[in-house]
Amino acid sequence: MKIFERFLHIDRRIIFVLIFIGVALPLIWTLGFNLEVTENVQSVYDLLEGLEPGTRILISFDYGPSTKPEIQPMAIALMEQAFTNRIRIIAIALWPMGVQMCNEAFEKVSAEYPNIEYGIDFINLGYKAGGMVTMNHMAKDFRRTFPADAGGNPIDEFPIMKGIKNFDKLGCVISLSAGDPGLKFWVMIAHDTFGKPVVGGTTAVQAPIMLSYVNDQQQLVGLLGGLKGAAEYELLVNKPGFATKGMDAQSVAHLIIIIFILIGNIGYFATRKKDTLKA
Amino acid sequence: MRRQIPLLITFFVGTLIIVSEFIPHKPFGNLSTSLEGWFLIISGFAIILGQLNLFKVNIVKISRKAPNWPYYVIALVSFSVMVICGILWGTQQQPGLIPYSDKMLNFFGYKPFDYIFKYIFENLSATMFSLLAFFMASASYRAFRARSPESTLLLVAAVLVMLGRTTIGSTLTGWIPDSLGFLHLPNIASFIMKYPNTAGQRAILICAGLGVIGSSLRIILGIERTYLGGK
Repeated sequence: MKIFERFLHIDRRIIFVLIFIGVALPLIWTLGFNLEVTENVQSVYDLLEGLEPGTRILISFDYGPSTKPEIQPMAIALMEQAFTNRIRIIAIALWPMGVQMCNEAFEKVSAEYPNIEYGIDFINLGYKAGGMVTMNHMAKDFRRTFPADAGGNPIDEFPIMKGIKNFDKLGCVISLSAGDPGLKFWVMIAHDTFGKPVVGGTTAVQAPIMLSYVNDQQQLVGLLGGLKGAAEYELLVNKPGFATKGMDAQSVAHLIIIIFILIGNIGYFATRKKDTLKA
Repeated sequence: MRRQIPLLITFFVGTLIIVSEFIPHKPFGNLSTSLEGWFLIISGFAIILGQLNLFKVNIVKISRKAPNWPYYVIALVSFSVMVICGILWGTQQQPGLIPYSDKMLNFFGYKPFDYIFKYIFENLSATMFSLLAFFMASASYRAFRARSPESTLLLVAAVLVMLGRTTIGSTLTGWIPDSLGFLHLPNIASFIMKYPNTAGQRAILICAGLGVIGSSLRIILGIERTYLGGK
């Protein structure tokens, strides 16, 4: 029976080592498990596919480097789809480090699309403090909220910003969000107040909360949740990248956790039975 | 007067914003937009205030040799390096005070601020966040025990979602025929997320929303005064 007692008290360093191996190896050697596209991810894709070429969309980069591994692949895949369909992107950041995240994503994607021009097909308006109030102010007076791009150049110099006074001329709003201010506020302002379609990408931790907004009222048209959402989107745009590779690592890590949970429960029931018999 | 005037301002501004939501016409609509503009300006200054406060708090701790004080030194040095690099050489999109030579830019690929951000800060941040995986694994092993019907339910739901939200889940039950599609692990996970989870989350969100309304009214009416500081 000693072995069952050991099951209850496995040294956490053993768990750490196994998780490390379980995450590291699939990143080196791809396992290539099946990936299925879920309804919420398909909805995001369909919304963008339905937009006319030349439509302008707003992408808000509401995350920082800590959640980059989960959310950056979404940004890249969304940009790829937009540029393929000649959809123009107005990028902003409600998180200070979102500006760099946006720059890095654009740098990576624009290398594959040499025809994309800054100021015509894409613009980065930089960071603005204020969260929800900034969104509300943008919806009423976009040009006063963002009078210049991230480089300090007046937005009137850029053709992409022509006629943008509020949310009216935007095809949809996309928030890539790791917390507040982020997707929840975009739903409240851009959709609930001003009637714009909103879609988003969040970390896996946030996804269960945001799923409540994917409803018949389409407060959120679709949602990319965590690395899996990003991997599914990569599959849809037919550009497997970091998220697809990361899914193998995540799957193995989950499996290891489940095995440890089972071991813990076997130990628990075996020792409980013994205790009951003793009593 | 030191407390009455802020309370009056809060009452006036709070009421005005609420009224402007229902009557978005002149003068309420314009006033509300102007107040939002003021908020954005104040938010900008709040960032500077936060940075100065960071300096003050850390310097006090270092001067008092508080426990782990060397970490505060590292925080201040790191902060200063980023500020100096940003001001002197600028960032990718913003020019700095000193021109950054093309030769250096070609060698490093980035300006100093962007270089540190990309190759040090990003990796450190991602590492810190990734460490959660290890602690979550250890915590799950200890916490998920079927001690009661409720904890068993939680355990089963967690395992199903964990499997269903990964590619292993799709592979394990991928052979199941379409007529039994509801047994496919990703479908089970989607069901759990879509119905029981959403029902619970909505209850929490509605309660939180009511709580926010209550707290806001208490602040506007001057019942809740802790934001003014003091007792």
